[in-house]
Amino acid sequence: MGTNNNNKNIWLIAFFVVLLAAPFLISNYEKWSTTSEAEPDRQKALDQYGFYVEDVTREWGIDFVHQAPTLDEKLSHIMPQIASVGASVSVADFNNDGLQDFYVTNSARGTSNALYKNMGDGQFENVAEELGVGSVNSRETGVSMSSVWADYDNDGYEDLLVVKWGKPLLFHNDDGEGFTKVDIPEFPDWINSNTAVWFDYDNDGLLDLFMGGYFNERINLWELESTEIMPESFEYARNGGRKFLFHNQGDGNFEEVSEALGLVSSRWAYAAASADINGSGYPDLVIANDYGVDELFLNREGAGFVSAGTQAGMGFAPKSGMNVSFGDVMNSGRLAIYVTNISEPGVLIQGNNLWVPSSEDSGKTAFQNLAGSFGVELGGWSYGAQFGDLNLDGYLDLYVANGYVSAEKDTDYWYDFSKVAGGNKTIISNAENWPDMEGRSLSGYQKNRIWLNDGAGKFREVADAVGGSLELDSRAVSFADLNNDGNLEILVATQRGPLKVYRTVTREDKNWIGFRLEGAESNRSAIGARAEVVWDGKRQVQTVQSASGFSAQNQRPLHFGLGDADQVDRVILEWPSGTTDTLKHPEINKTHTVTETSSAQS
Amino acid sequence: MNRMGAMTAKLGGLGYSHKFTPPLLITGILLAAHLSFGILESYPKLITAIVASFATELALHRLIVGTWRDLSSAYISGISVGILIRSPQLWPFALCAAISIASKYVLRFKDRHIWNPSNFGVVMMLLLAPQSVAVLSIQWGNNMWAMLIIWIVGSISIYRLRRFHICATYVISFLAFALVRSWISGDPYLAEVAPITGPMYQLFTFFMITDPKTTVKRKWGQYVVIVLVAFVEMILRLNEAVYAPFYALFIVGPLAMMLELWWDDRNHTEGKNEEAHVSDATVPS
Repeated sequence: MGTNNNNKNIWLIAFFVVLLAAPFLISNYEKWSTTSEAEPDRQKALDQYGFYVEDVTREWGIDFVHQAPTLDEKLSHIMPQIASVGASVSVADFNNDGLQDFYVTNSARGTSNALYKNMGDGQFENVAEELGVGSVNSRETGVSMSSVWADYDNDGYEDLLVVKWGKPLLFHNDDGEGFTKVDIPEFPDWINSNTAVWFDYDNDGLLDLFMGGYFNERINLWELESTEIMPESFEYARNGGRKFLFHNQGDGNFEEVSEALGLVSSRWAYAAASADINGSGYPDLVIANDYGVDELFLNREGAGFVSAGTQAGMGFAPKSGMNVSFGDVMNSGRLAIYVTNISEPGVLIQGNNLWVPSSEDSGKTAFQNLAGSFGVELGGWSYGAQFGDLNLDGYLDLYVANGYVSAEKDTDYWYDFSKVAGGNKTIISNAENWPDMEGRSLSGYQKNRIWLNDGAGKFREVADAVGGSLELDSRAVSFADLNNDGNLEILVATQRGPLKVYRTVTREDKNWIGFRLEGAESNRSAIGARAEVVWDGKRQVQTVQSASGFSAQNQRPLHFGLGDADQVDRVILEWPSGTTDTLKHPEINKTHTVTETSSAQS
Repeated sequence: MNRMGAMTAKLGGLGYSHKFTPPLLITGILLAAHLSFGILESYPKLITAIVASFATELALHRLIVGTWRDLSSAYISGISVGILIRSPQLWPFALCAAISIASKYVLRFKDRHIWNPSNFGVVMMLLLAPQSVAVLSIQWGNNMWAMLIIWIVGSISIYRLRRFHICATYVISFLAFALVRSWISGDPYLAEVAPITGPMYQLFTFFMITDPKTTVKRKWGQYVVIVLVAFVEMILRLNEAVYAPFYALFIVGPLAMMLELWWDDRNHTEGKNEEAHVSDATVPS
């Protein structure tokens, strides 16, 4: 009997030890299985991962450093966490010379934004002041948070919208030789916005504009009437900024129609992007909200929007949404949606969301968060993210920017942050109740992630190994082929830090193809156009977008990696107007200019 | 009383038993919070925690004691884990629930388990898997009335179980020590009070520190232990431990239990409470 009890006890203790060991082993598995290379070996990276990156910021003549705003002194004790955004980057070929240029924002009063013109010789020149889009940060009109390009008047040149904590500014592009500020009476006098999206919601060939508020628009953060400006809840806040939808009337005027079309929300919008999610032929809108759930607004044939996040499975888990990017991660012909959130070990593990279509029926809008299965869940305090085929293997990879406030090293504000974040709205919503940061870091010094898609449903972290490790407080990420070599360069805007540009080098035996689309009946920027490339038994879908990620915009031309394939079977282009063009066996390793008239010109 | 007799007695007395109060209360809080704010991020996580809790309880009780047991205690542990643990993955819910229940059978002193099961499970997960696990530390919503209703209904229910004094002592101690913390840290008093307005503390106050099986039996001892829990929590908070209350109970609770059991044993004072001890010795809760 006694021996029997002893045996039971031994088994019981062994079972308990196994139970305790299990979370430790599972939790650390990823860390142990990820190799961290002290000094990246380029040849090894090429052999193993198919690419490497190198920091060419200085070499290419780029010397931009972001400056954060200094807000009302009533916020001085928590200034780094309030003034924590504003570094952005958006890419466009503003002068139609076939070279990708980019615009970066500054966020302190009196500072200038920069427009880096691609000189085509490996050098970039800041022409913002010269062209009239530099000095835009002032007491009167507020400061820049992001920007987004689109040809709103279909004149063939990309115009520039500067999104602000202040009055938004629209600049008309004068044939690539200068910019003229356009006065839009319908624009709000003040909005604390971080995101705007150009998209043609009614497919009338004219680009409309969505603008999402973060802080409530009644608040001027430089001249506070009250310190009750903070979210009323860390995950259920609805006291953020309102949403605007400006319908382009085609005569230079816009009409604000958000309420009439059902685009109503007062959540804290941080990022938004548009694509046709349900195959209706009309672009839908996805909004990543800080302090709340992700929102999906389905477009009802241009006549209105219906909030469908909950029905689609996206509206249950409130997190701290910062980013919206679309990617056909499984080469299935359907777009997944990537939304970044916050993950801080032992404190707050929200995990990023990868909303993957869960229904075989493309008309049914249902998503499942598969970030964990794909291995793209735990980034850090994540901001911008982009999909792009960095190694040209035919599968979309993922870059994720991380890091909130990197102040004094080895200090941590998380305890005080979490203390108040858990409080009732009367406490959390008042900035006065937030403890002094006293120069402490908050999820600072975090590495950005480069996740390589293996095409079989798994992503692998390779940032260290390919030379892309970056620990600055990164915000916006853009992909663009800046040197026209067929590889996507990585641009990273960092808060209170330099803009970083990484040149990408891939193996010579990898192929690619690109498409510069131009609408005729559709909007000229072709925003909303869908391209499906079919090759070597594979297919991949991409959509032309304006804003993508967090405070960012990728190059307009679509870029597809083809792996070892030396031929593309066909390319199906679906334009917002509803017309479809098909290209058969287009030449690879070049960017094709295709107009909506169904004639492809190489 | 044989097994059949016990079952007959149970069926014959279908009247309300106070032991149903905690499971009903925690279910009520969960439902109210979910229907108001949709706090359950996914049903699978909660169900995983409850199922793992049930399975561990049934298996271990059968293996160790040789009988099946009612699952009200496992239900509370499972549902507490389902609410308290925050992780995008599913496995932490299963493992935390299993560890919680298993701790009752393994970590025993003088035939009593000495850690509150879900407190032990949650602390172990925080220590062993911080990369994957956090604990509920934010509001379920922003409605002050919802919070007040939970506190009032919870207080009345706990009062009927004659353990309201434990909750009240803890809340008063927390508020008093918050004043001390505010004075030492220089942070606003409301910032120090903020955590107790959140749901994590509702669960902690109503279910963890009042657990009859893991609190000392002397009333004056209960007052002392709870003040000590709040005091240790203050020390941990001053050292910036985010989940200080769980750690404080994890440290103070078992020490107090062991001290009392040792003292009782030493003075041969089982007499009056012998029945309860014998019961606990054979049927871990």
